[in-house]
Amino acid sequence: MSKLLTISPSPHVHTSDSVNKIMYRVLLALVPALAWSVFMFGFEAIRVTLLAVAACMAFEFLIQKFLLKEVPQITDGSAALTGILLAFNVPASLPSWMIIVGALVAIGVGKLSFGGLGNNPFNPALVGRVFLLISFPVHMTSWPVTQHAAVDALTTATPLALLKEGVKAGQPVSEVMLNLPSNMDLLYGNMPGSLGEISALFLLLGFAYMVWKKVITWHIPVFVLGTIFIFQGALWMLNPENFIEPVFHLLTGGAMLGAIFMATDMVTSPMTVKGQLIFGVGIGVLTVLIRNFGAYPEGISFAILIMNGFTPLINAYIKPKRFGGTK
Amino acid sequence: MLKTFKLGGVHPAENKLSADKAIEKLALPKSVFIPVAQHIGAPAQALVKKGDQVKAGQLIAQSGGFVSANIHSSVSGTVKKIDLSPDSSGYPKQGIFIDVEGDEWAEGIDTSDKLVEKFEADSKKIIDKINAAGIVGLGGATFPTHVKLMPPQGMTAEMLLINGVECEPYLTSDHRVMLEKAPELLVGIRLLMCALEVKKAYIGIENNKPDAIAHLQKLTASDASIEVVPLKVKYPQGGEKQLIKAVTGREVPSGALPIAVGAVVNNVGTALAVYEAVQKNKPLVERVVTITGKSVAKPSNFLVRIGTPVQELIDAAGGLPEDAGKIISGGPMMGKAIASTTVPVTKGTSGILIMQDKEAKREQMKTCIRCTRCVTVCPMGLEPYYLMTVSDKKLWEKAEEQHIMDCIECGSCSYTCPADRPLLDYIRLGKGKVGSIIRSRKN
Repeated sequence: MSKLLTISPSPHVHTSDSVNKIMYRVLLALVPALAWSVFMFGFEAIRVTLLAVAACMAFEFLIQKFLLKEVPQITDGSAALTGILLAFNVPASLPSWMIIVGALVAIGVGKLSFGGLGNNPFNPALVGRVFLLISFPVHMTSWPVTQHAAVDALTTATPLALLKEGVKAGQPVSEVMLNLPSNMDLLYGNMPGSLGEISALFLLLGFAYMVWKKVITWHIPVFVLGTIFIFQGALWMLNPENFIEPVFHLLTGGAMLGAIFMATDMVTSPMTVKGQLIFGVGIGVLTVLIRNFGAYPEGISFAILIMNGFTPLINAYIKPKRFGGTK
Repeated sequence: MLKTFKLGGVHPAENKLSADKAIEKLALPKSVFIPVAQHIGAPAQALVKKGDQVKAGQLIAQSGGFVSANIHSSVSGTVKKIDLSPDSSGYPKQGIFIDVEGDEWAEGIDTSDKLVEKFEADSKKIIDKINAAGIVGLGGATFPTHVKLMPPQGMTAEMLLINGVECEPYLTSDHRVMLEKAPELLVGIRLLMCALEVKKAYIGIENNKPDAIAHLQKLTASDASIEVVPLKVKYPQGGEKQLIKAVTGREVPSGALPIAVGAVVNNVGTALAVYEAVQKNKPLVERVVTITGKSVAKPSNFLVRIGTPVQELIDAAGGLPEDAGKIISGGPMMGKAIASTTVPVTKGTSGILIMQDKEAKREQMKTCIRCTRCVTVCPMGLEPYYLMTVSDKKLWEKAEEQHIMDCIECGSCSYTCPADRPLLDYIRLGKGKVGSIIRSRKN
């Protein structure tokens, strides 16, 4: 026999799944929310998103090629994903140069300084977002009026900010609520906010798609959102004049975007379901605490980053249930 | 709800191309190479020498200890030489080369197809016959069957589990045996029950073989002691521990044998071999082997004499396809890639799978994105990504601490890894090393 055969250890078959497919499926899952934001913010949404994606990919390429002298891996989709998530986390009116700075921090500091894909302890897009929020607080909290709002203004406040201001001013929640959009509006995203976070409905659609395609499991989003619901619900039941009902918190700010797309970042979340429970509950609790008692109206990005920091510890101590194990 | 095991598991494409192909007797080869070590345990000691005339079914190598097995000639003819030649492991192994002349069987062997149902209910006699016939686990593990039938002191078997799962993709030999040799198989099961002195036997069969399930259910309808258990299709359900869990809900403790939960597991093919050994006096000299692959002209199930070169099966199945890239002895999940078609079919060869060029090569490994899939699919509840890392970094203590020795090498982790990481390769490396550290500690 003249033909050379391949020899390798088992297994000899492999799933058709790949890192690229995972990344591109997440990107696809973000499309409905992106389409909604284009509808709500118009060209600005396209500008921010394209710029963030292009900048993230460009920085990844440049840093890998010239600084790290590696073979650039921009086709794996992860830099594009960081870009789109960064764009989703900023106001649609953010100046272009700030987006580029955010992309540099996300990719350069958040991702590549730790060794690139798979090695970053913190969600790169959130590193970029929080850097921008702290560095440019005014720009990062000036929300453009949506295209279809019947108000004569350039910027407006998010529902969460309205709530925070009202409660700070000593107004009872029932009174503040009169100025807030209805839960129905919140659900499909008729409100100001960061570019990609406004439509809970379209984000949930992306969630369903990712669970269907087995890109992620349901655990982390459900743990995060469930915790927000239960914790906020408990506060609300204790004192409905100081705390708003829990569904409002699920549908506003970055709760959906964070729980579905940011907390589920594989690299920075725990490996076991039990670990994911701790992680998800931690994010939920911190989010509710920051939103109700912190200085910022919104806190899920901080909550996720803080729990990202606990992930290695969780992985070290929380082990899966072992077959035939004694414990 | 169909039963299955709880933890982990994957579902690779089944590709049971030869499922409807009846078992055919493969023509006798010109010569055979019969290794003296076809089982787990000590190699057998050759009893013949160059020039000896042997008959089919004649003992040609004596079991080398308690955990060992006799080897019989599968053909009649002349011993050409006793020499080293590679088996499916790729390493040269000692074995007996026999030139085939005619087909004469040793005395007392019943080669007819007549079903013999009656037997003497004597556990010791049955086990002795099984031992004498050189029967080993035909599912692929090749553990000597008589050892399994003699539980260690203080342990008793409560039930017999017959493994008709055949969870490996492509393979259909057990499936065909269940369809075509069911009456014989059931006698074999009763013999095993008698040998173990148990009152209950379960036959676990995955639901992708509804014809086998229905057939055996029909034949066992009047016998409450044998129960057919349909199982949800999930790999690696054919693993002993997974099968016990699926059928009985019992969990074999880490490091223990199935007997610790009162179970003894035997493969369908093994039960058939037991029937032939005890009822027909026929030692284990042939077995059913699936030859298959997407480009194979005639995927088939052949009844093959032990020692037959793999090339003979390939020829009978229509020759080696143009695009053959890899030949596997066994299934695609746990089988061994072989380097040459001269290697022989041995007692543990359940199938020969010819993969296409494009399926044969592995993808380039990428970085781990910590997607948790390897952890999710591990049927033993281990963390393959972590075991790979510690094996790579030679942190053997950590590997042992994280129960690397529990790994059953099913390959679900490597199969599922989207970054194409060779997790099992590294875990095997770590297992080997940790295993030898544990052994040296005992000495």
